[in-house]
Amino acid sequence: MDSDIKIRAENVNFYYSETHVLKDISLDIYANQVTAIIGPSGCGKSTFIRLLNRMNDLIPGARMQGEILLDGKDIYSPRTDVVELRRRVGMVFQKPNPFPKTVFENIAYGLIINGIRDRAFIRDRVKQSLKKAAIYEEVQNRLNENALMLSGGQQQRICIARCIAVEPEVILFDEPCASLDPISTRKIEELILELKKDYTIVIVTHNMQQAARVSDFTAFLYLGEVIEFGPTSKIFTVPEKKMTEQYLAGRFG
Amino acid sequence: MTKERFYKWIFTALAFSSLFFLLGIMITLLVQALPMFRQVGILRFIGGKYWYPTYSTPSFGILPLMLGSVVVTTGAACVCIPLGVGSALYIHELAGPIQRAILKPVIEILAGIPSIVYGFFGMVIMAPMVQRFFGIPTGLNAFTASLMLGVMATPTVCSIAEDALNVVPSSFKEASLALGANRWQTLVKVIIPAAGSGISTAIILGMSRAVGETMTVLMVAGGAACIPRSIFDPVRPMTATIAAEMGEAVMGSLHFHALFAIGLVLFVITFIFNIVAEIISRRFRLRLGLGR
Amino acid sequence: MQDKSLLQNKDMLVYKTHSMKGKDISQGLGFMLLVLCTGTALVFLGSIIYFITIRGIRVISWEFITDVPRMAMMKGGVAPAIIGTFYLTLVSISFAFPLGLACAIYLTEYSPKGTIINIIRLSINNLAGVPSIVFGLFGFAVFVNAFGFGVSILSGGLTLGIMALPGIIATSQDAILAVPQSYREASLALGATHWDTIKKVVLPAALPGILTGVILNVGRVAGETAPILFTAATFYTRGFPHSIFSEVMALPYHIYALMTEGTHPEVQTQIAYGCALILLCLVLSVSAIAIILRQRQRKMYGQ
Ligand SMILES: Nc1ncnc2c1ncn2[C@@H]1O[C@H](COP(=O)(O)OP(=O)(O)OP(=O)(O)O)[C@@H](O)[C@H]1O
Ligand SMILES: [Mg+2]
Repeated sequence: MDSDIKIRAENVNFYYSETHVLKDISLDIYANQVTAIIGPSGCGKSTFIRLLNRMNDLIPGARMQGEILLDGKDIYSPRTDVVELRRRVGMVFQKPNPFPKTVFENIAYGLIINGIRDRAFIRDRVKQSLKKAAIYEEVQNRLNENALMLSGGQQQRICIARCIAVEPEVILFDEPCASLDPISTRKIEELILELKKDYTIVIVTHNMQQAARVSDFTAFLYLGEVIEFGPTSKIFTVPEKKMTEQYLAGRFG
Repeated sequence: MTKERFYKWIFTALAFSSLFFLLGIMITLLVQALPMFRQVGILRFIGGKYWYPTYSTPSFGILPLMLGSVVVTTGAACVCIPLGVGSALYIHELAGPIQRAILKPVIEILAGIPSIVYGFFGMVIMAPMVQRFFGIPTGLNAFTASLMLGVMATPTVCSIAEDALNVVPSSFKEASLALGANRWQTLVKVIIPAAGSGISTAIILGMSRAVGETMTVLMVAGGAACIPRSIFDPVRPMTATIAAEMGEAVMGSLHFHALFAIGLVLFVITFIFNIVAEIISRRFRLRLGLGR
Repeated sequence: MQDKSLLQNKDMLVYKTHSMKGKDISQGLGFMLLVLCTGTALVFLGSIIYFITIRGIRVISWEFITDVPRMAMMKGGVAPAIIGTFYLTLVSISFAFPLGLACAIYLTEYSPKGTIINIIRLSINNLAGVPSIVFGLFGFAVFVNAFGFGVSILSGGLTLGIMALPGIIATSQDAILAVPQSYREASLALGATHWDTIKKVVLPAALPGILTGVILNVGRVAGETAPILFTAATFYTRGFPHSIFSEVMALPYHIYALMTEGTHPEVQTQIAYGCALILLCLVLSVSAIAIILRQRQRKMYGQ
């Protein structure tokens, strides 16, 4: 079973200058499974998943302790190539953030910056990625339009396609449906279930039903601590901790 | 990774260009002014009452020139503070959305009128008017120069002050209005104090611009290097002196170095203005809880 | 009981309306004052534009704009001065733009540590406050004399360029800061390097804003006189400048020279009106374009 662990966080502590936002977090994220992270606003969910591809490096004054292992290697060791890490661990953000470029350029971007010049290959990969992200049909005739002209749900799937195009191993979703309508949300949930065949997925969500629908494992965070972590079916039916039960029942948070 | 580091180094190096030029200017002025200070002495240079650079026994006292600058700058302040701050308050508080949408860019565009145009206008239109109106021998004097400088600084003061007013959180205003204060009281008792140091920064920067302004005073101030007795006397501010005499001064002569020494004095004065403005504006941003 | 409370209310009412009146009067006076200030400022600025337009338009003709001066300035036009201003602006911006942009990129994208950023920011602010005539002195001592460029387009252009540097840095910085952080995050999360992100995402997105800033500074540079007094400008050249080492006529300097030199003050004043109108049109239209563009861009970013 241990070989199936894709990412392992060990005793992770995280500080924004003075505030201690993550307290001694230990979690295992299994390969080709969907792991959901739930918890009330401000408990540190975004902070945690942004640690997994070192996006928090960008924040001045932030400090991390502990270890995060990707395939058994510490991603915070000085020898890690951060750029390579971020290629392997992709991210889809809460607000769709396509570049102000054409749809095609958006998807091709990751390939081009990784040094791929073969036009035919790029075209092919763009098409595949759009298909995988279940958006190809909608945009196949609009590839040269500015991506910002699309609807929010379409933009988000473009962002997913853009992420897939560089063939990451892990995809991190930070509340990917927070700014979308129910239909777009449904599409993205279906997509996530599809994607888990090829990728390891971590998703932050506020929506309990969503966590229940898409995830295999769930971690409940509260005030920067992992209260409970385990298979989703177990957490949602027979939670071990009283607090988890209360939160799931909507009694706080 | 090495490419990354390479770019970072290049940008770091280029980013210091401003410092480099600033130091370059300072050193150039110091080096060129040094012979002057050595021969005449700083005190006699700054405190001397007579500026006769081309006499057979020349005298290099810049007191009259400094007083000239002080007079026109003070005069300019009397014009541009009420006009600039007043119109900023007007735009902020009274102008409707349409007026504001027009006035703001118009003021910004007017801030771009070149100083030579003010000088020219002052010379051909304002000076004759001033001369006739006050019945004085010449319209080219400190008064006209102050007026033109003040009008010139007005758009700058206005747009910086307006920015400062805009930064004041609207919650302050709402809170005051909700307590039954009317708009004028809110403006005077809440908004102006809150934007106070921002407005002071605007004024200081406007003044700094007026002290360093050359073409307007060169053309309008009259050019007499004597200590002014009234606002209607012609004066020769420091900037005008440099501009007018550099062409005649023999290179390497004492007169030449004296002009650089005046440049140094100007540099130091505006440097102080800017540091003060910087300190005040930093405090302002801190007090309103803004970053950077 | 009932009566008393009513009375109290009445008192309060009186008190209230009374103080209301005082408040209203002071408000009315205050607002009137503000209207007066704004009106005065606009009248002054408007009359400058009005007089120069009315009197300048009489002088301007096709010949005036396209011909070289003839017969000791009495005839012909001011084309060399227009061209000279163009060259000086071109040199100064080609010098200041790359430098200013690099500096802006460093300050915004590489967010250096506290002291470094403070030193750089302080020097930019102070450079911005240096009087224009002092730039002239510096250019004269360094470019004209020490470097031996002589009184030339190059000396004048570089001097103007250093002067334009703080403005270009400030406007470029604003443009780069307006690029949403989410673009940077998206790019980095795809495994782009920092430099790739800057080159392929940040700069293209900031480009319209950066160019607007450059245009704004072109307007400022074109109207400057003091820095070119001893570094580039001359009252009269026969024809157009040949190389970057020739001295040039420039519109703003030409106005000054016409008013202070020469032997035909009457005619020269008329020519100066023409030059002032051309300069005003050039500078104001350039900055108007920049400011309108900038407002559009701000709206687009929803600021
Ligand atoms: N850049 C930052 N600097 C300082 N503090 C921060 C920063 N970002 C987040 N925080 C703080 O860290 C804590 C955790 O934030 P985080 O964004 O991880 O919460 P979250 O669980 O994702 O919340 P939400 O559900 O609202 O997205 C919060 O208290 C927040 O105020
Ligand atoms: Mg979050």
